[in-house]
Amino acid sequence: MKAEPILPGRAEGTVLRLDGPLSFWGGVDPYSGALTDPRSPHHGARIGGRVLMVPETRGSSSSSAVMLELLAAGLAPAAIVMGRLDAILGLGILVAREMGWHTIPLMVLPAADQAGFSDGERVAIAEDGTIERL
Amino acid sequence: MALELSPEDEAVLAGRDGPATAMALRIVADTARMLGADRLIDVASSHIDGCLYHGDSGTLFAERLLADGGRVKVPTTLNVGALDLVHPGRERLSPEQAGMARRLMAAYAGLGCRESWTCAPYQAGHRPALGQDVAWGESNAVVFCNSVLGARTNRYGDFLDICAAITGRAPRAGLHLPENRRATILIDASGLKPALVAQDAFYPVLGAWLGATVGDRVAAIDGLPPRLAEDRLKALGAAAASTGSVGLFHVVGVTPEAPDRATVFCGEPPEQVIRLEPAMLEAARRRLSTGTLPPDGKIDAVAIGSPHLSEAEIDALLAGLDGRRVAIPFYACTGRHVLDRLGDGRRAALDAAGVTLIADTCIVVTPILTAAAGLLITNSGKFAHYTPSTTGWDVLYGSLADCVESAVAGRLMRDEAIWR
Repeated sequence: MKAEPILPGRAEGTVLRLDGPLSFWGGVDPYSGALTDPRSPHHGARIGGRVLMVPETRGSSSSSAVMLELLAAGLAPAAIVMGRLDAILGLGILVAREMGWHTIPLMVLPAADQAGFSDGERVAIAEDGTIERL
Repeated sequence: MALELSPEDEAVLAGRDGPATAMALRIVADTARMLGADRLIDVASSHIDGCLYHGDSGTLFAERLLADGGRVKVPTTLNVGALDLVHPGRERLSPEQAGMARRLMAAYAGLGCRESWTCAPYQAGHRPALGQDVAWGESNAVVFCNSVLGARTNRYGDFLDICAAITGRAPRAGLHLPENRRATILIDASGLKPALVAQDAFYPVLGAWLGATVGDRVAAIDGLPPRLAEDRLKALGAAAASTGSVGLFHVVGVTPEAPDRATVFCGEPPEQVIRLEPAMLEAARRRLSTGTLPPDGKIDAVAIGSPHLSEAEIDALLAGLDGRRVAIPFYACTGRHVLDRLGDGRRAALDAAGVTLIADTCIVVTPILTAAAGLLITNSGKFAHYTPSTTGWDVLYGSLADCVESAVAGRLMRDEAIWR
């Protein structure tokens, strides 16, 4: 499967695939990386080190700040694969780069293609966006 | 498509205006590349969401801009911070967190932003003109700016807002382009009962439904009454921008880019038409409540004011209270632009009623609620959406009258008749 690299990079990790939209602000605890929406079936799961697949990102413009804080604190996912481009998350990664902190790849892969991956599967992401099962 | 920078942009990137402006423009340009924009445009103003504390990283970024000589180039207002600077001690942050939150707020003030500390800057005198390009953050402010004022902004995330303010530049993309402002979905509300549409409590529910249904597409709602009050449009947009990524909606015959159907669809047929049925709204209304009521009906608190209450909304609260006193904590969140206009009389009346005024911040962005869990009622679609995940509390949605009557009684008093 090949995703479109928005901010290219290499990563490896186990998949955490959400079925519904996610707002990083209000949906991810910046101090632990845990998913906080009790209305989500993944409530309590930690996104740190995972290859996070989300069909759609939603809601707050503070999501870039949560992204930056996760990167600064070492609690960020290994990579983010989103169904449609959301520049707000990418912005958090750009700012981390300017500040000289750790950054992660950001990819777009339509939700229908994300559905081919399941939770807990180990994958590797290449610079060109290729996602390979390990 | 490659991003083409102007000679002026190149000079700034080369460091002509100092390192902070160069870094800010690098971030704007990289965001433009991410969005596939062909060039940057000038923006006339900015509203900054990045002044809210989410951890030390945001403070360090703002302080870097300040230390490197950053200064906003266009008029810029500030969204809420994590501290109520008017009423010290309201928020329950550790001394370390409060210190970093204060440093963050000071850094943004130092960059030359106006200390408005409100999520309703459009009611605090910051009202860009129809068709003007601006760079705003804060999802409700963005949707209001686009939809109600007809100014043009994308949903700018934290950090891009201040970078645009410092450089006066933003990516030429998205809702800055007229072709992307055209409606593609028609929402036909003409079948709803006039008695329902006449209620304030209808608008957050409509917004919650809209956001969950259309995501980031541009909808035009037809069949709502003309001369819709600004506070209703504000509540609608805030809810839509919480449950979805709505950056712009139109109301035919009401909002400035939608004088009629033909104009808002640019003469083309809608890609989709949705006829609003009461059952859709009922489902959206149910999703705004998470709490189960204990058998005795007791609730623990009331919170209103997301977006920040206008002067008219404070007056409606006082009229509803009608001299009575609340029996449970009642938080009313607003901005200093409203506090300044209240005067001693209304301040004293709120105080006598037992209402806790919160300024500069609100209950979902910083810890204010005294218990770790509880059940809260609100008339705000945005509070209803975010309260469970940001505070750990359960939430019930109701009208302002439901909130006031419940607060006075100390248990749920909800009038369901308007929804039938």
